[in-house]
Formats: sequence, C-alpha cells, structure tokens
Amino acid sequence: MNHAEKTSRLDSASRALLTLALVVFAAGQYLAFKAPPDVQQGYLIRILYVHVGAAWVAYLAFFVAMVYAVLYLWKQDAAYDRLSAASAEIGLLFMLLTLFGGMMWARPTWGVFWTWEPRLTTSAILTAFYVGYFLLRHAIEDPEFRAKAAAAAAILGVVNIPINYMSVYWWRSIHQTATFDVINRKTHMEGSMVVAMLVNLLAITLFYLAFLRIKGALAARAAAREEWDE
Amino acid sequence: MRTKYLIGFLIIVAAIAYLAFGGLGNSLVYYVLPSEYAENPARYEGKRIRLGGLVKEGSIRYDPQTLELDFVVTDGVVDIPVQHEGTPPELFKDNQGVVVEGRFDGKVFKGENLLIKHSETYQAPPEGGYTPEEVRKLIEEAK
Repeated sequence: MNHAEKTSRLDSASRALLTLALVVFAAGQYLAFKAPPDVQQGYLIRILYVHVGAAWVAYLAFFVAMVYAVLYLWKQDAAYDRLSAASAEIGLLFMLLTLFGGMMWARPTWGVFWTWEPRLTTSAILTAFYVGYFLLRHAIEDPEFRAKAAAAAAILGVVNIPINYMSVYWWRSIHQTATFDVINRKTHMEGSMVVAMLVNLLAITLFYLAFLRIKGALAARAAAREEWDE
Repeated sequence: MRTKYLIGFLIIVAAIAYLAFGGLGNSLVYYVLPSEYAENPARYEGKRIRLGGLVKEGSIRYDPQTLELDFVVTDGVVDIPVQHEGTPPELFKDNQGVVVEGRFDGKVFKGENLLIKHSETYQAPPEGGYTPEEVRKLIEEAK
C-alpha cells in the first residue's frame, strides 16, 4: 500500500476541485443576491438559483451512475460498481435537496408545500426509485450479485429522468415549464438572472465532481480494508 | 439483518407501483378546464376535482372580515363562479392562473384549496425601478 492511501488527507485534485467549487459558489451567490427581484414574486425567485442547479446535478449524477453501471457490466471491475453507487448516492442527496427547496418555494408561490401534480409525482417516483436502489444494495450479501443487480437498477432508473423532465410539457401541471428551455431554445429570463443561475449551476456541478471523487476514493479504501481484514 | 433491507426494498417497489399506476394516473389530468366541465357537468357533479383556469378580470370579491373570497375562473370560453373561504395567496390577482380544489354545488364551484399557477417567465421590475414604498414592501416580504 502506498503512502497516499494511509493518510486521511484528501488528494490534491479533490482539494483543488472542492476549493474551486466553493469559490464559484461564492461568486454565484453574490450574483444571485445582486440580481433584481422578480416583478411577480419578488425575492422569492432566489430559490430558483439553487433549485435548478440541484435538480440538474441530480439528473447528471443518476446518468453518470448508469454510465458506470454499464462499464461495470462490460469490464467486471468492482471500481466501476463503487463509482456507480457513489454517483447514485450523491444524486439522491441532490434530489432530496431539490424536493426540499421546491417545497420551500411552492408554499409562498403556489400556496401549498406539496400537490400530486405530474412533475411532483414523477419526482416522488424518481426519489423512491433510488431509495429502493440502496435498499437493494444492502439486501444482497454476495458482492458480485449485488453489483450486477445494482447495475441493472442504475440503468433502469435513468428512464425516470426524461419522464420527469418532460412531465411539464406532456401533462397539465402546476409546475412551470423550464425557464432555460432547451427544447424550444428560449430563455424566459432577464440577462443578469440567467448569469446568476448558470454560475450557481456550474458551482453545484463542481461540488458534484468533487464529491464523486472523494466518495469514490473512500469506497475504494473501505473495499481495500475489507479485503485486508479477511 | 439482510431481510430487513429486503422488506424495505419491497415496500419501496410497492410504493412506486402505487404512485405510477394510481397516483400518476390521477395527476395526469391535474385539473379540469371550465369548458371541459361545461361539456359534461354530470360527470363531475359532487366529486372532488381541481378546476384550472384564469381569474377573470374584475371578478374578485374579497371580504377580509368573513374571509369570503368569490371570483370567476375562465378559460376564455366558459366562466365558472367560485366560492372560497380564506385569505387570497400573495400572487392572486386578475388574469392569474389558478387551480382550485373543491366540488361543484350546482352551478357554483366551492373551493377548498386555492393554488396559484405562475409562469416560467421571470423579469426585473419595470424601467424606473420600484418606488420606495414597493421596496419597503419587498423587504418586509423577504423577511
């Protein structure tokens, strides 16, 4: 075992990523607080700057979990299984943050914390799916069978993402459609608000990359330790 | 130890199945438009539904003493009078998109829950900015 694995310090790339994420996030928050209030809902719009970023990273993390799951099934390397689980875990964290931020925003604007409309219902399904993913991982003892079953679940789970994203276009909902509309290529937003949103989105993505790297390294150490103990 | 997780997993699978087949089916037609109601009023009579549309301009009558809030929901074709009890939400105003949960009582819709449907468009206040009075109001709201 080399020296780096014995220390409890983060490697320099993880530290650099984490620092960069913090700096960009600070800049994003500064821009968000400098951006003008919305003509309708005033300063409540500030929730959007983190809500959109959190939702995007949840999608991204679940997608990356699928990519690593495919790599695992192809190469049969346990490292891919660890990274797939790490990405799904971070995805679930950001999905819960999206739900929480969304509820904080919905109460003062729509009038309720929660309602069973298409975007929220599909979000609940998406969240429940990945809670199920971790219960499945814990339920199976054999590492190889666990990794295979988890890979299948991670691939299946991605189906939820386009349904969740498109729900506001396909069905009548109370949730507004995308402000940064990639389908119709339109932005329904003031320039300074768009900049603030994108900088925050970048910062949250950098946090995701840093977390994935750290979580992957931790999982590798835990696996090495387990092997050593046996 | 492992069976505990297996039971949890099965509960989640059952919950997803319930949401996907029961809950999602209900929420796919999240609200009924006034003109859809007018086509077949018997279908919705007495049932708890959501009525969606715009608040007709000039139709809002609100009594702060009794909290009685009457307004008309329209989709440009059919107008439906709504009776609701409670303080109007912050964004409630003329031409605002709303979804009202409640029941039809004859021709009148008795609202139990009033939800606002706002747009995905965000804009800064108009040229010239806010008056000091409006700024004070926004700061109060932000607290």
